[in-house]
Amino acid sequence: MALGRTYSVALVGLNGYMVEVEADIGQSLPAFVILGLPDAALNEARERIRSAAKNSGIPLSRRKITANLIPASLPKRGSGFDLAVTMAALRAANDIRATGRTVFIAELGLDGRLRPVRGILPAVMAAVQAGYPDVVVAQANLAEASLVPGATVSGYRTLARLALDFGADPQELALDFEPDDADGDAGAPGETAPCPDMADVSGQGEARRALEVAAAGAHHLLLTGPPGAGKTMLAERLPGILPDLGDHESMEVTAIHSLCGLPSSQVQLLRRPPFENPHHTATAAAIIGGGSGLPRPGAASRAHRGVLFLDEAPEYERRVLDALRQPLESGELVIHRSAGTAAYPARFQLVLAANPCPCGKASGKGLDCTCTPMMRRRYLARMSGPLLDRVDIQLQVERVSLADFGQAGAEEDTASVARRVRDARQRQVQRLGPLGLETNSQVSGRVLRGELRLPPGVTRILDHSLERGILTARGYDRVLRLAWTLADLGLRDSPDANDVGQALGLRQATAAAA
Amino acid sequence: MKAKDLLGRHGEDLAVGYLETLGMLIVERNWRCSEGEIDVVALDGDALVIAEVKTRRSLDYGHPFEAVGPDKLARLHRLGAAWCRDRELRMPLRRVDVIAVVDDGGGSPVVEHLKGVG
Repeated sequence: MALGRTYSVALVGLNGYMVEVEADIGQSLPAFVILGLPDAALNEARERIRSAAKNSGIPLSRRKITANLIPASLPKRGSGFDLAVTMAALRAANDIRATGRTVFIAELGLDGRLRPVRGILPAVMAAVQAGYPDVVVAQANLAEASLVPGATVSGYRTLARLALDFGADPQELALDFEPDDADGDAGAPGETAPCPDMADVSGQGEARRALEVAAAGAHHLLLTGPPGAGKTMLAERLPGILPDLGDHESMEVTAIHSLCGLPSSQVQLLRRPPFENPHHTATAAAIIGGGSGLPRPGAASRAHRGVLFLDEAPEYERRVLDALRQPLESGELVIHRSAGTAAYPARFQLVLAANPCPCGKASGKGLDCTCTPMMRRRYLARMSGPLLDRVDIQLQVERVSLADFGQAGAEEDTASVARRVRDARQRQVQRLGPLGLETNSQVSGRVLRGELRLPPGVTRILDHSLERGILTARGYDRVLRLAWTLADLGLRDSPDANDVGQALGLRQATAAAA
Repeated sequence: MKAKDLLGRHGEDLAVGYLETLGMLIVERNWRCSEGEIDVVALDGDALVIAEVKTRRSLDYGHPFEAVGPDKLARLHRLGAAWCRDRELRMPLRRVDVIAVVDDGGGSPVVEHLKGVG
């Protein structure tokens, strides 16, 4: 039979689609044709495959090889199909036995070694979901592919070894070739860099508290304050006090980072919330995702289930900031490009940091500030109202005082704060689970004023503010969300008047940005 | 004669012998015109066969079939038409065959044959 059939996976965004690879050997002059919308990298596979097969001792047929990737209408990209096409061509020439429902995902080197490819985790997940649990990958991808539950993954170093296991003639194979693992055998899983400790932050009691509340309720956070007050320092410590990711979340996060190319030392499930800290000159495509052809995930998606920290937020282009409104609402980014549409999850916790004015000195009494009132207003107005509307905690951070600065080491460390946050999250899951929610930040105003309605005595101060026009209706709901988080942190079953008062303080701490 | 021409001649002899075992009738060998040369003209039943023979001592510089590119194929088709004009023949069934001969001098040459290419 001059027809071979194997399987591989095409990734569109994070979604994998099964691809059937057919290879036919025709009685005609030597040629190698790949059909099914291959991109440049996939078309170059022809040369890689010929060389790899020859150097493995099983040269491809000297006839016309036609490889067809089905479905033909789905654009296929990248070098991950090399192995599937090779195995189909070898099968068509009867050099190996039929491979059944085995899925092949690897790139080939000219010497016949198997090289790792990006996005192996979502690809293997798709294969398992589609009912193809047997997967063959490059040795360097083995650890990552094995993370998928239900998959039977085998890793190989060379095409010759793989062909041997599928019944090629051992006399002909170049089996003594063992590539050195310069391009990364996944060795022992590396420890992720430890998050800096909360104990390093001197003073800043109010800001530390706000950070804890933000972590406990997954509230978005805006920190304004003069340079050197410790805004960046605080934000960097937020991931440390967030709880570990659950199994499902962990897979989502690892899949995105796999697509971006995990460093081989980090091939393990990402259990800690990621932290993304793009520079303020970043373009919309860098934050949201994009690029030519099929869009790739941006910083917002890499921060999925973690923290997206925008330092010097007013320095960002306005359209970049406003582009974040959609993912803040839906937790997902849908990006359209010529080659197709990709949807990436982007449920991140947003942390914004800003100076109070262009010169940065307008804090406290602001006597040193050289900015005009107009400049100050313009500066903070660069963060648009609709964006700030979604930020529950807006806090002013002052310079640390000498008294606080002196007593280093007296502050609480990350571990003990994280413990309180974890307990508060558990209380939220118990309360909100029946409503299909996980954190206080997700609770809608309807639920806040419905199922979770508080007695009038507790909300008196809020009602008063609303009546006097200090607080908008949307602001009212936000204060209620914060109050619930404060109650969860204090291990109370529902907020009391004190919680509501504190919440109002966190919400209103900055008048300038309102 | 140079060595490469001798090898080519030898390969053509082998190819002709092979075609005859298939029952083809050899009409002419090494027909030349201004546009080039046809190695073998043969009759396979009603069909006129324009055969191109490629000979190699080894596969070190690629398979003989790989030496026949699209330009060469197009020229063979033109030469077939030119041969018919020259002989004032009308041959509605005409095809181009390519024959590869690999002979490393060990006494067992390998002949491969592709029918009706291009």
